[in-house]
Amino acid sequence: MLLDKTIEELSTGLKQKLFSIEELVQECYENIQKYNPKLNAFITIINKKEALRNAREKDKNISRATSKLYGIPFLLKDAYITKGIKTTAASFVLKNYIPQYNATVYQKLLDAGAILLGKMNMDAWGHGGSSENTDFGPVRNPWDLTRVAGGSSGGPAAAISSRMAVFAIGEDTGGSIRNPAAWCNITGLKVTYGRVSRYGTIAYASSFDTVGPMAKSVGDCAQVLEVIAGKDMYDATSSSKNVPRYSELIDSPVENLILGIPKEFFQEGLNTEIKNCILNSTKIFEKSKIKIKHISMPMFDYGLPVYYLIGPSETSSNLARYDGIRYGQKRKEFTSETVRRIMIGTYALSSGYYDAYYKKAQKARTLFIKEYDKALSECDVLLMPVTPTPPTKIGELMTDPLQNLLADVYTVSQNPVGVPSLAIPCGFTKNGLPIGMQLVGSMFSEDLLLRVGHIYQKATDWHKKYPKLEG
Amino acid sequence: MKDKEFEPIIGLEIHVELKTKSKMFCGCSADYFSHKPNTHCCPVCLGLPGALPVPNKKAVEWCIKLGLALNCKIPLFSKFDRKNYFYPDLPKGYQISQYDRPFCVNGWLDIKSQIPNSKRIRIRRVHMEEDTGKLIHANINGKKCTLIDFNRSGIPLVEIVTEPDIRSSEDAKIFLKQLYQIIRYLDISDADMEKGSMRLEPNISVRVKSQKFLRLPFSQIQDKRSGQAKIKSNNELLDNNDLPNYKVEVKNINSFNFVKKAIDFEINRQLEILVNGGVPKQETRGWDDKKNITYPQRSKEEAHDYRYFPEPDIPPVRWTTNQILNIKDQIPELPYKKIDRFIRNFQISQYDAMILTDDIKTANYFEECVILINRFGKKSEISPKIIANNIINKKVNINKNTPAEIMNIIEKKAEKFHVDDKELEQIINKLIKQYPKAVKEYKTGKTGVLMFLIGQVMKTLKGKGDALVIRKFLEKALQ
Repeated sequence: MLLDKTIEELSTGLKQKLFSIEELVQECYENIQKYNPKLNAFITIINKKEALRNAREKDKNISRATSKLYGIPFLLKDAYITKGIKTTAASFVLKNYIPQYNATVYQKLLDAGAILLGKMNMDAWGHGGSSENTDFGPVRNPWDLTRVAGGSSGGPAAAISSRMAVFAIGEDTGGSIRNPAAWCNITGLKVTYGRVSRYGTIAYASSFDTVGPMAKSVGDCAQVLEVIAGKDMYDATSSSKNVPRYSELIDSPVENLILGIPKEFFQEGLNTEIKNCILNSTKIFEKSKIKIKHISMPMFDYGLPVYYLIGPSETSSNLARYDGIRYGQKRKEFTSETVRRIMIGTYALSSGYYDAYYKKAQKARTLFIKEYDKALSECDVLLMPVTPTPPTKIGELMTDPLQNLLADVYTVSQNPVGVPSLAIPCGFTKNGLPIGMQLVGSMFSEDLLLRVGHIYQKATDWHKKYPKLEG
Repeated sequence: MKDKEFEPIIGLEIHVELKTKSKMFCGCSADYFSHKPNTHCCPVCLGLPGALPVPNKKAVEWCIKLGLALNCKIPLFSKFDRKNYFYPDLPKGYQISQYDRPFCVNGWLDIKSQIPNSKRIRIRRVHMEEDTGKLIHANINGKKCTLIDFNRSGIPLVEIVTEPDIRSSEDAKIFLKQLYQIIRYLDISDADMEKGSMRLEPNISVRVKSQKFLRLPFSQIQDKRSGQAKIKSNNELLDNNDLPNYKVEVKNINSFNFVKKAIDFEINRQLEILVNGGVPKQETRGWDDKKNITYPQRSKEEAHDYRYFPEPDIPPVRWTTNQILNIKDQIPELPYKKIDRFIRNFQISQYDAMILTDDIKTANYFEECVILINRFGKKSEISPKIIANNIINKKVNINKNTPAEIMNIIEKKAEKFHVDDKELEQIINKLIKQYPKAVKEYKTGKTGVLMFLIGQVMKTLKGKGDALVIRKFLEKALQ
């Protein structure tokens, strides 16, 4: 199957005309047609004929291709604005919304020659960790259809896991790339805040939102990041820091790097199978002469409160524009989970409560920044779980909002700090459900995370496994 | 009697649209006035999903420039905040503004008040924000409807807030005129009130001078947001301590005269309530310029909770001292300094200096002419005063002629009017003999009679001669 190949292999093969873009796109549509009805990963599938026509056009010009992503089929979480293509953020509030412009990340991929095949299902507005809080029906986990795919970027994760396209662009505000990547057995990168432009991303929490790649491997994520990263004149929070050649740097040596294991992330509440699986992976790192160091990050417990005050505060303001007047749908279309977040945020910002909630959370955020600074001055990379449990049963989290919040416990503290994190597959439970771990580094250390992740994937083949969905 | 017991307390809030090329947070043209509705729009100023604001550097610099011209301090750290409220002309559901870290704070402007000669009005803050869209109430096919024009949405807007230091409607007007002049000098806005590019909001209350019952103990000074008592600097504490515990804001007035009228109306309205033992309601009122009255718009209970919080889409602004100094260097000599210099250097009257400096163009023109005096030299009869007279009395057209051309005109006129010293002396001697009574009166101290004699000289000269020169000669002859 062409879709098992890495971006590097595909790009080379296309150039050498061992196969065509048309064949590659054709294969994607075959898988989409076979698996999507089971998974419900898509909100919008791009017209097949159109995509194939596009592919044939690109095949003609393959010799002139400059980008490795030329002719590579990809998917976007439906939070990205696409001109002329329905964009909903998985909410009926934007049921029939056709945007007038392109998100920067989408435009960059188009410019590179990549081919969009669909807009993916997710938790509405990014509000959730299971892709059940969607008006388009829950996304199902390809490894067990009775379970969730994770969220909020569940659609992209399920689709990449089942080989419906080569890569996807997810969006991570508190784990939204890493959580579904871990539960669907793919690789996902939450970039440093400001590394990739947010222009054209339907905002959840503006100071946490990050745009990142989801793919089969660390190498593929590096290829995509190289194209989408960089300063954007349309996003004042995007960084002008130089974009390294990530895909070339992933083979750089890792000897003597220090991998920190913060004990608070491996205590009560973490599923034993997941814990043992992740701690076992340290052996692989040690073989590559990476040193292991046990550290402490006592702020851990405050991660969820900080995230669930600032996130909803910002979302309450960000969603104010969907006032029932301009986008054709009434506000009653907001789901109860979204209404809950709007209410919490409105409350936290209100006169008389601001100091006690929003402001206090911002102060705690500063403490988190200091704590991560300290940990990352002692270690180069931190190793942490992504999710406390394996994928939950469909409906389980939706009936228990508090449990729903707890699913994010390991991934919410990196976003307020801004640091990057790479989620990679590291094994399976005895029931055959994927387990992921995350590598966290200091600001703009994506190259380092990718290097360490790549070493791990060279030594293991967890990331090469994919679900059996036939029959 | 009233005047002795009561005293108006007035503060001003002024919004000024900057005339930058592009809007505050996007690349759309900011030149929106009288353009076809919704033609200067993009995803950013329409508040479309996913769009992000990028601050206009020029607008921010201009805001700082105005702050500096108003003697403000420029904190090296500043940020934008979101002001959340719903209104159909506000497409994002919030306005990007500045809350607790404005670009400019603690300034002042000395106004030339009647009593005493000048009075210092403190400026609390000058901050940057964006304008909203415009609602147009129309009748379409017999159906009443409201249309929205987003061309104005995102136009850079500077808000200037004074301390409640103004004590009369006249002073308010003088302050606004001076502020207008400074804005024009800085060339950052047309400040055209008819177009709405300068909008005025007076805050008015009336204080009982002698009695204490209206005084507010400091523990009750409420922070706008938290509703909690907030102790600020000692100065502010003392001032606030003396303020009435209510204020009435009159919204969006578009002329200095209306501001004056609205303030006077409010003072009288509030006085009447106070005299009858009541306390006026804290509220926002509108101004009806046809009936010349204010009318209630929104009471304290209906006041918004704006839920301000830092704008996460725009990084905080950090200045270096050098950057601020660079902006300061771009500020031209301001009117009050120019007036002093003109009086000092050119020996013209304060009145003339004020007229000449009214707008920077005339002032510059005048100076260019003065520089040319030497060139026209040979102990030229042309003094800065003569140039000033010519410009002020519009005897020359500064819009049509260059300074050199004008100097030629004045020179020729001067030649034509030139009177030989000897001739003048002869005429004066003759007149002294002709009017012995007047001469006698002058010598007994009735100097007013000099004007009569000057008149007689000029009559004899048939309009030639310079009154000042004649006066000099007359005085000499009469000694």
